[in-house]
Amino acid sequence: MDSPQKVHVEFEGVSKSYDGRTVVVRDLDLAVYEGEFLTLLGPSGSGKTTCLMMLAGFQTPTSGTIRIGGRAVDDLPPRKRDIGVVFQNYALFPHMTVGENLSFPLEVRGMEPRQIRERVRGALELVRLEGLEGRRPGELSGGQQQRVAIARALVFEPALVLMDEPLGALDRRLREEMQYEVRRIQRRLGVTVVYVTHDQQEAMAMSDRVAVFQRGRIEQVAPPEALYEEPQREFVARFIGDNNLLRGKVVGVEGDFCRVEVGGQIVTAFRVVPCEVGDPVSVAIRPERVAVAPEPGLYGNEFDAGIDDITFLGDHLRLRMTVCDTPDFIAKIPNIVGHGAVLEGDRVRVGWTLTDGRVLEPDGPETGSK
Amino acid sequence: MSGNSWGRVGRLGYLAYCSAVFLFLTAPILVIVPLSFNVEPYFTFTEGMLSLDPQAYSLRWYRTVAEDPQWLRALANSLVIGFAATALATALGTLAALGLSNPAMPGRSLAMSLLISPMVTPVIISAAGMFFFYSDLGLAQTYPGLILAHTALGTPFVVITVTATLSGFDPNLTRAAASLGAGPVRTFRRVQLPLIAPGVISGALFAFATSFDEVVTVLFIGGLDQRTIPRQMWAGIREQISPAILAVATVLIAFALLLMVVVEWLRRRGNAKPA
Ligand SMILES: Nc1ncnc2c1ncn2[C@@H]1O[C@H](COP(=O)(O)OP(=O)(O)OP(=O)(O)O)[C@@H](O)[C@H]1O
Ligand SMILES: [Mg+2]
Repeated sequence: MDSPQKVHVEFEGVSKSYDGRTVVVRDLDLAVYEGEFLTLLGPSGSGKTTCLMMLAGFQTPTSGTIRIGGRAVDDLPPRKRDIGVVFQNYALFPHMTVGENLSFPLEVRGMEPRQIRERVRGALELVRLEGLEGRRPGELSGGQQQRVAIARALVFEPALVLMDEPLGALDRRLREEMQYEVRRIQRRLGVTVVYVTHDQQEAMAMSDRVAVFQRGRIEQVAPPEALYEEPQREFVARFIGDNNLLRGKVVGVEGDFCRVEVGGQIVTAFRVVPCEVGDPVSVAIRPERVAVAPEPGLYGNEFDAGIDDITFLGDHLRLRMTVCDTPDFIAKIPNIVGHGAVLEGDRVRVGWTLTDGRVLEPDGPETGSK
Repeated sequence: MSGNSWGRVGRLGYLAYCSAVFLFLTAPILVIVPLSFNVEPYFTFTEGMLSLDPQAYSLRWYRTVAEDPQWLRALANSLVIGFAATALATALGTLAALGLSNPAMPGRSLAMSLLISPMVTPVIISAAGMFFFYSDLGLAQTYPGLILAHTALGTPFVVITVTATLSGFDPNLTRAAASLGAGPVRTFRRVQLPLIAPGVISGALFAFATSFDEVVTVLFIGGLDQRTIPRQMWAGIREQISPAILAVATVLIAFALLLMVVVEWLRRRGNAKPA
């Protein structure tokens, strides 16, 4: 991601309302780069599918502009956009064989039969379904149908492919296998993919960048690592992985850090977003970054904690504690020799480094309805 | 014990009751079939027929019909008008159903009720209305007039059967076809039509049966030249009572049965197919 990249798709101030009253997508600005795997991640009803359908041309934005390759596509019907679409329910033509499904877009483009046969074979090879040309979709397993749907979206070599929860109907193992496959194919062909899911692990595993959606807005767009390490808003911190959130008020700002009063105690945290004295903020701390009963003086933040309960989870233990008057504060400690040192009901010291606590914008009422 | 035997009696009574209803419904039709083979020119069972004497039965009336130019003319009229009206009704009804299946279309339910209103309006009223309207247009007593009238009566069946099939049709298939580059005509021919074909065909069969059976609008709009089979039967019953009518009726019953079997077969095939 170091070379300067060309923008492939651009949403500019796009809003969408189906009924003229409720706004489903609100003033969206988003750029997708060429060859990028970008995932729209968000809870159900947050407007992900709507964005994809506007990009594919099946819905028109209420306001704003979408550009593909620099060209505004407002007046371009779906069939002229040259975008491969993988639908959640596959949408394979049930009365056609696999081969006919794949030939369809090529016939539309007036390709010669010989060339079509070659392309179809190539596409089936790509998704590892050689020799299944003659089957009907109804005679294939869910995973195989999924592969056919992907092959059909790629066979006419579009530069842009959209996928709406394509793995939603598959069981866990097949899902993980297909995540890898989709990623492999995308890397190999170098196509731009806009992918929709509500599964954060899937988003993390596959994407170059993830756009986190909530109620029709993008909360943050960032590569997976950055999203995990530097969430900027409370919603993202809670949605991506687990996080402990301590709510308080800023009482002091020093360079990159600020001091936050939480339940009468002072927490020092890294300033991810700008803040001033008096601002209400949340401090997020990942459960795996919390040290239990550390050597005194090792961490920038140390507090007393009461252990409410301990859950054994195989490779780690999950401690539920009360810290700074905040209940349900979670710490994960690895299952190594010596863990028996803590028991339910104990009072212990807990600690984390100055940079592991991060100051975020809390979810204000402003995030919600307008 | 007694509860059990009462259950038996109850069940037998129920069976008897159902059989009686069934008989009541079908007897008037079934009685026509043997009578059409009567060797005598009567509408009643002769003694020979009742004693199953082969001499009492013949194909006489079938031959009469097959050799009578009036009946042949009527058959030709019925087929021409039936096929033309069916073709029109099927094309129009399918298009209407496709449009009405789009949730974005405004005034859907109103358009739907208007389209199927010929089914609930008493046919005598439609026919009288058409008579005055078509007379002004010069369509009365013409083939096009009768074809249009039967198209109006047949279209609702196509709209209903195609709409029913479309309710199980995945709209993403149409979108998928568009995303793959297909225009609306190709999408219809290659994706929609093959999948809704069972509905289209059963709608067409209903439309054809409607036209083939229809006598009221023919009485109003058809002239002497446009006598169809039902119209000829109507005339036959009034003017020259002869079992030839029974022979025609028997053929029509067989034809209707065949249509019903085909429709049912199509319906099952449509259901069995994964959506
Ligand atoms: N065709 C439509 N007509 C009216 N409202 C719609 C339509 N499609 C979606 N909506 C509404 O828009 C909102 C966003 O829907 P959308 O399908 O974009 O969400 P999503 O993020 O894809 O959710 P999911 O994860 O459940 O698929 C929802 O409140 C939904 O009810
Ligand atoms: Mg969706």
